[in-house]
Amino acid sequence: MSGFPTSGRLLATQTRYQLVSFWRIPVAMFFTLGLPLIMLVLFNALFGNSTIVTPDGSWSSRQFYTGGLAAFTAASATFTNLANMVPIRRDEGVLKRWRGTPLPTWTYIGGFICSAIVIAFVGVTAMITLGVVAYDLDIELAKMPAAFVTFFIGVASFAALGMALASLVKSATSASAAANAIILPLAFVSNIFIQLDDAPRWIEVVGNLFPLRPFAEAFQACFTPFVEAPAFQWDKLAFIAAWGVVGLVVALRKFSWEPSGSAPRGRRARRTATT
Amino acid sequence: MPVIDVRDLRKDYGAVRAVDGLSFHVEAGEVYALLGENGAGKSTAVEILEGHRSATSGSVEVLGVDPARAGREFRDRIGVVLQSSGVEAEFTVREVITLYGGCYRSPRPVDEVVGLVGLEEKVDERVGALSGGQRRRVDLALGIVGRPEVLFLDEPTTGFDPSARRQSWDLIEALGADGTTVLLTTHYLDEAEHLASRVGVLSRGKMIAEGTPEDLINRVSGTVVSFTLPDSVITIDAAAMFASIIGAEVRVSGRFVEANVDHPTEAVHRLTGWAIDARVELDSLSVGRASLEEVYLSLADSDRDDEEPTA
Repeated sequence: MSGFPTSGRLLATQTRYQLVSFWRIPVAMFFTLGLPLIMLVLFNALFGNSTIVTPDGSWSSRQFYTGGLAAFTAASATFTNLANMVPIRRDEGVLKRWRGTPLPTWTYIGGFICSAIVIAFVGVTAMITLGVVAYDLDIELAKMPAAFVTFFIGVASFAALGMALASLVKSATSASAAANAIILPLAFVSNIFIQLDDAPRWIEVVGNLFPLRPFAEAFQACFTPFVEAPAFQWDKLAFIAAWGVVGLVVALRKFSWEPSGSAPRGRRARRTATT
Repeated sequence: MPVIDVRDLRKDYGAVRAVDGLSFHVEAGEVYALLGENGAGKSTAVEILEGHRSATSGSVEVLGVDPARAGREFRDRIGVVLQSSGVEAEFTVREVITLYGGCYRSPRPVDEVVGLVGLEEKVDERVGALSGGQRRRVDLALGIVGRPEVLFLDEPTTGFDPSARRQSWDLIEALGADGTTVLLTTHYLDEAEHLASRVGVLSRGKMIAEGTPEDLINRVSGTVVSFTLPDSVITIDAAAMFASIIGAEVRVSGRFVEANVDHPTEAVHRLTGWAIDARVELDSLSVGRASLEEVYLSLADSDRDDEEPTA
């Protein structure tokens, strides 16, 4: 006599509900989806006419920016978004409330993650579309399987890392600050805002220690003219996935449903930027 | 078999013992109130019963299962109104009731729920736009949307205006009459007196008294004599002076004097005799039945005298 709604239906409901919630928080929309597009327009206006010479060949910086910023959008929509919103919901006591209901707890977290992946997909699609329409980005169909695989390995790993950060940092304000303090400096050393071929050695090293640079480069490879199809960067993807597994283990071990002490309700008022 | 059965429950947070050897049970259909000050251990006890926390020692059963290990079936049969849990502010009342109701086996329809908690007029407003009292009613709505057999209410009416409070009382009474077992915590004595068939009084994690509200009231001297302190009497002298006149212990707070007496006729006779001799008027002189408040104060006082806190 179970009679509970099926897990698939609950997961779909939860995903839809998280998407509606995201849609209704303008600040999250702007920083996750709007700002990367603005950056694409600005970077192209400022530096779009230069040519980037790499050991593999030379390419227009217009093409460089689109792929890198698309990867950045995907990381923002998963890592930064989850590290922001999950602790907010925890501090509001929403997580604790859900845990008192018959909803299987994994469905709640699953809905959060699925919604983040949908947002990432929308953001990346918007970025690529703008790149194709305005900035001569070439789409080669033969490389699209690699683009999809890279996207999914990337968002899954960054979602796991976002949940790990949400598990390690208890309060919503600290988690938001920590997420931005991690992702923004990393973006500068990860071939996203700046092409790094002449960068100092230590910047190379730092960029290569974390998963954002491999992700950006693996994604850029799917759109650059001198990388031959199918363009799978398996070594980079394996490195990103390894980070994802670490994130998953930390999240599973450290996740808490309880609010962090006596946090007042309505933390969203003080929500800081989700870049 | 009791619906809630708690035996020798202990809960430590580090060196602090929040619940200390608590035992009680609640029968099906009963409305049971845990009464106590902030920090008495009420919420901790209730959160253990809901399965949100695990006990340090002792045994706890709700609907025949241990809440700490219970699963989805169990959570389908209980309703929880926590003190500290928020609701997604971006959604309307209708949306959250639908959303939360959607994970129970047989949820109440939204219109029935909003009718029960009196939120008909706010049903399409966002939760974020509601007042504190209205949000608390949303909490209540989400607690009952799954047709619970046992409803846990942790300070359900804190922050309510008087009319909202009455309305919630009516709802809780209606649920109780309907066969729902209710465990509520409160620090409002009138709430416990009004709603509960039995009351357990908690102080520093221990049950210091238990019974029907009438039992508890009868346990202390049943009559209270009170009056306003005459201007001619200095406050610091008042307690000792009136204690000797009335022949019972006297409590003085500000200009308000009251005493629980066993023999009201004699006590009033002595008091008024003194007043006439001294040519003073005893303003607001009244003789009344003790309320749970007096019981509570006298219990809490004696508990504090018995054992000075060491923490």
